[in-house]
Amino acid sequence: MPKMTMVQAISLALEQEMAKDDSIVVLGEDVGVDEGVFRATAGLHKRFGETRVIDTPLAESGILGTSIGMALAGLRPVAEMQFSGFSYLMFHQLEGHASRYRSRSQGAWSCPLVVRMPYGGGVRALEHHSESREATYAHLPGVKVVIPSTPRNARALLVAAIRDPDPVVFMEPKRSYRAFREEVPNEEEVMEIGKAQIVQEGTDLTVIAWGAMRLFMLRAVEEVQKVRGAKIEVIDPLTIAPMDGNAIAASVKKTGRCVVIQEAPKSLGVASEIIATINDKALLYLQAPVKRVTNYDVVTPYFGRELDYIPSPGRIRRAIEETLDF
Amino acid sequence: MPIKEIGPFSVSYLQVLDEQGKIDKDLEPKLGDEDLTRLYRAMFMARQVDERMLKLQRQGRIGTFGPSAGQEAAHCAPVFAMTEKDWLVGAFREAGARLMEGESISQALLFYNGYEEGNRRPGSARVLPISIIVASQTLHAVGIGYAMKYRGETDSAVVTFFGDGATSEGDFHEALNFAAVWKAPVVFICQNNQWAISMPRGKQTNSKTLAQKAIAYDIPGIQVDGNDALAMYKATKEALERAHAGEGPTLIEAVTYRLMMHTTADDPTKYRAEEEVEQWKKRDPIPRFRTYLETKGIWNAERQTALETEIKAEIDTAIKEFESVTDRKPDAPFDHVYGTRHDSIEEQRQIFLEDRQREAANA
Repeated sequence: MPKMTMVQAISLALEQEMAKDDSIVVLGEDVGVDEGVFRATAGLHKRFGETRVIDTPLAESGILGTSIGMALAGLRPVAEMQFSGFSYLMFHQLEGHASRYRSRSQGAWSCPLVVRMPYGGGVRALEHHSESREATYAHLPGVKVVIPSTPRNARALLVAAIRDPDPVVFMEPKRSYRAFREEVPNEEEVMEIGKAQIVQEGTDLTVIAWGAMRLFMLRAVEEVQKVRGAKIEVIDPLTIAPMDGNAIAASVKKTGRCVVIQEAPKSLGVASEIIATINDKALLYLQAPVKRVTNYDVVTPYFGRELDYIPSPGRIRRAIEETLDF
Repeated sequence: MPIKEIGPFSVSYLQVLDEQGKIDKDLEPKLGDEDLTRLYRAMFMARQVDERMLKLQRQGRIGTFGPSAGQEAAHCAPVFAMTEKDWLVGAFREAGARLMEGESISQALLFYNGYEEGNRRPGSARVLPISIIVASQTLHAVGIGYAMKYRGETDSAVVTFFGDGATSEGDFHEALNFAAVWKAPVVFICQNNQWAISMPRGKQTNSKTLAQKAIAYDIPGIQVDGNDALAMYKATKEALERAHAGEGPTLIEAVTYRLMMHTTADDPTKYRAEEEVEQWKKRDPIPRFRTYLETKGIWNAERQTALETEIKAEIDTAIKEFESVTDRKPDAPFDHVYGTRHDSIEEQRQIFLEDRQREAANA
């Protein structure tokens, strides 16, 4: 199996799916000739031409609004928002239409489309290029929010997103784009949307993290396991909405302790929702309060300070140890 | 170096049938007697449905809706120029156009009584449901147009409706721009009814016409007497022919008037003078078109009476049909959140149904 980066794995998924299904079109700013500012659409324009790999005018609402029309007319558009920080200009199209078409028409219409967007910090970028706003999108019923964390799951989840019958916001942790390589099979691999992944099994504590936080979390977990011999279960939700609450509850029932890691600000986020789900389904199994390691409720700082705010392996490790010791 | 003129830009105005119902023979479209009476029937039907719905709303039998009285020529005549392969992407003030596309009155009533089932309307599969966010639907029209072109369906184009207020929205400009760049087969029809709730057309934009917005995108734009069914038919027909020939989009500004309130929740006397409304009533598209038909000798008082009786019966039947069904599935919203099954949704459905049972037991 070839080893590749996440961004290469994303290109692979797009290219293989486009080769199989000519209803798939890719559109966005600089996705064609330039192959995307991160090269996520590498090779597509050359292979499939400008009618399937569309360099659009610079207008996010236009990109998603026209994607909705394409989806209603039977195409499978994969739209790229160049950065999640610019995606809010299309928010009304997602909230007002893409998320509602199925429900509005009681299934007579549907809106199968993918909105890819790089998100998250840690890459020393300018303002609007570092936020984690997954909760904003996850709060829209009718929309699925998927966040891959490794090259292999990015590929398998993007294939699933493209084939999915609903609008999928596919948030790519840009810090992980080229952070490491992983073996990705050339043959087809699809992961189910809506299912969390048990990354490793354990009995003493459950740690939950997604996106770029998965790598930091694994480093912290490794240290704690080495030093203390604790057996830690690791869960990556992969789908943020609709959340696989039962997988999380099953794990917490087993371990009785849980720490949730979130790159986004603390309040009203995905971590809050996970803790509420544990409250609903597994409260009486807890032996310690569920801890969360998150950013703070501040406007995302410029990159000079950002690393002090994003959860670090040290903060994650301390939270795990405190929860084990409670 | 002298300053050069890039190009002369001009905007045309089209009227075929004047306010007294007098025809311009050179511009008169070639429509048979039967077609003309069908168009008249569609416009008259739209007005009758509108008036009856207003009564139903006042009686509390349906919810809020936006009457379209006065705008029948602007949105019915364009549909008359379309084929079954063309798409209709509307806003919320083109009820007559939807009825012409095969949607039933009872389904429309269901929609305005607060049930999504009203959007599962029979009729053409190429009619999108009502879109309430102003101008947002114009982008869907462009995406559909792109898809038609991509699939090689050159005999399919898209007609999209929106109002004068929509021309201030970014989506409208993005839609014109995308359509122009892609040469997408889209006919943009602006029903300029002079009022965006309380905002008069003159304050909505400083532009002399709305048609001239087309110039910025280098696409054809024309201002049309929107209360003249023949002019609206002719302008749309020509725009559709260009779209089908691969020549791209057109912007049509239909100059018309909203004779009634924005919606039934609005009181227009707060912001506009009754004299203005009276002036526009003299330009009502329906009597004007009727005069034309009578002058041609294909309409008379007898036929009018017969039509009124027929339409009243049709509306009565639709109301009965709409009011006969009362047991709507309470948990239907859970059926259509996603196209796939998810535990989190199904668990909430169960809780919802149990709560309902408890509520019923306590009642």
